[in-house]
Amino acid sequence: MADALLSPGVGAVMWGAAAAGVGHAARRLRSAPEGRASLMGVLGAFVFTAQMINFAIPGTGSSGHLVGGLLLAVLLGPHAALVVMTSILAVQALFFADGGLLALGANIANMGLVPCYVAYPLYRRLAGADPTPARRAAAAVAAAVAGCEIGALGVVLETTASGIASLPAGTFLLLMLPIHLPIGLVEGGVTAAVVSYLAQARPEWAAGGPASAAGAGRGLLAAVAAAAVVTGGCLAWTASDLPDGLEWSVARVTGTAGEAGVAGAVSRAHDLFSGLQERTAFLPGYAFRSPAAGERLGTSVSGLVGGGLTLALAGLFGWAISRRRAGPG
Amino acid sequence: MADLQRALLGLGRLDELARGESPVHRIDPRAKVATGLFFAAAVVSFDRTTVAALMPYAFFPVYLARRGGVPIGFLARRLAVAMPFALAVALPNPFFDRAEVFRVGPVGVTGGWLSLASVMVRFVLTAGAALALAATTGISGICRGLAGLGVPRAVVTQLLLLYRYLFVLLEEGLRTLRAWRLRSFAPGPPPLRLFVPMAGRLLLRTLDRSGRLHMAMLARGFDGRVHAVRPLRFGPRDVAFLAGWTFFFAAARWVDLSAWLGRLATGGLP
Repeated sequence: MADALLSPGVGAVMWGAAAAGVGHAARRLRSAPEGRASLMGVLGAFVFTAQMINFAIPGTGSSGHLVGGLLLAVLLGPHAALVVMTSILAVQALFFADGGLLALGANIANMGLVPCYVAYPLYRRLAGADPTPARRAAAAVAAAVAGCEIGALGVVLETTASGIASLPAGTFLLLMLPIHLPIGLVEGGVTAAVVSYLAQARPEWAAGGPASAAGAGRGLLAAVAAAAVVTGGCLAWTASDLPDGLEWSVARVTGTAGEAGVAGAVSRAHDLFSGLQERTAFLPGYAFRSPAAGERLGTSVSGLVGGGLTLALAGLFGWAISRRRAGPG
Repeated sequence: MADLQRALLGLGRLDELARGESPVHRIDPRAKVATGLFFAAAVVSFDRTTVAALMPYAFFPVYLARRGGVPIGFLARRLAVAMPFALAVALPNPFFDRAEVFRVGPVGVTGGWLSLASVMVRFVLTAGAALALAATTGISGICRGLAGLGVPRAVVTQLLLLYRYLFVLLEEGLRTLRAWRLRSFAPGPPPLRLFVPMAGRLLLRTLDRSGRLHMAMLARGFDGRVHAVRPLRFGPRDVAFLAGWTFFFAAARWVDLSAWLGRLATGGLP
């Protein structure tokens, strides 16, 4: 997810969801045994490094890489894993321009909350207390696929609710879900293989790490489901609330936003945007003193010229301030 | 391998930039984090086809980079690497939104092309500002700022430790990959069946390292708290930075400077 694809409302809602989740995880960690801090720090660096190592997927000619949320949850338990994933995503947003400040909340939700609090409980349930390697692999693949698909669904919902991309939600979903199926399969397979490798070399780690939160079962799943419903509702509400008052009333008059219903709100907002796009003849942001129809070309040309001039001014400004910096004082 | 190498070099360069001294470096990290968030919110709050009205926002990243001593070329290279996702999602826009918005001579510009351009401008602005902020704050500044803003201690400590061991583990990963590369004559990335033992070995060494680190940290009196060397002070300079830029973002949101300049330059002619 990137800042450029989000609207402020969706960004804020996702920040709220991420902050609630990470706050919960941090509170649960406070009662964790000492010595977790160094382990979490180094494991975070390990997952970050593993993410950067591409591997060739046999028979396809394509390459993939680990995401690592599920692996962290298996090794550390869901709460510590969420905190570690948050730190990884924050470093990517800040130091690698991957995402952005506003999109960080959405990324924590899609790649942290989902694998730790949805995929991991599923893994525990399927793998059972003392899994055989085959059962562990099957459970990891199923959980990783579920996690990947839900994360991809999150990206589609957030993008559509933001209304920046014109790709219809259905088409986007039809693209995203099949793409994430092999990603999930590989993620699950690699997770299971690495955990099995560890089980052979360090049996004490095989049980699921120290203090793997076995209690992260039904109650937490219910809480996450409730949070998802609330977030979805908020998203739909934000989406339907997106356009300014003027555009909203225009749409009401022209009957674009006729039908009600929470489920339709996202696509309704989308229709509204595309409908408006066809109706508005001039660029709304460019109209300083609402020009007459004949001034259309003038508005667009002055918009282009103005944008270029502003950019040139910003460049000049940069040159001027660095000159001042180089000078004495 | 190229990815790892690039990550390591990029991180090292950012770390070096963050240790510099400039008026931007001296701003309180809390003021920078808050201003950065306001900036991103203002930029993405525009209508989806807005392009020219976003241009005044370029002043902020340009100010951060030039005043903070961050080379523009460095920023541009990092942005180019991170761009594909936003580009891929916005690329279909011209195909779905074919309604013509205006014509420039014989060329008709559709809403789709405008929104694609808008997404790209938004990306450069928001990602560029975030990078410039990180490059002039550094991880310790960011962590102190986050702690000052009330982020839980577990998260701040984790971020600091992750960053500290990132350099070590990236180098170790690079060594592992280089060792494989020297022994095989295969081009491209290692196959999946080799990735697992590679990652497994790396993980084992990681776990051993964490045990040693824990002992070392305990021996130095680590109590789960990372102490700030310099206490944070929110001075008049920080207030001016936050208030001044926030005012500018708000003003550029309500007054379209580009349209005004364009009108001035073209004399309002059709």
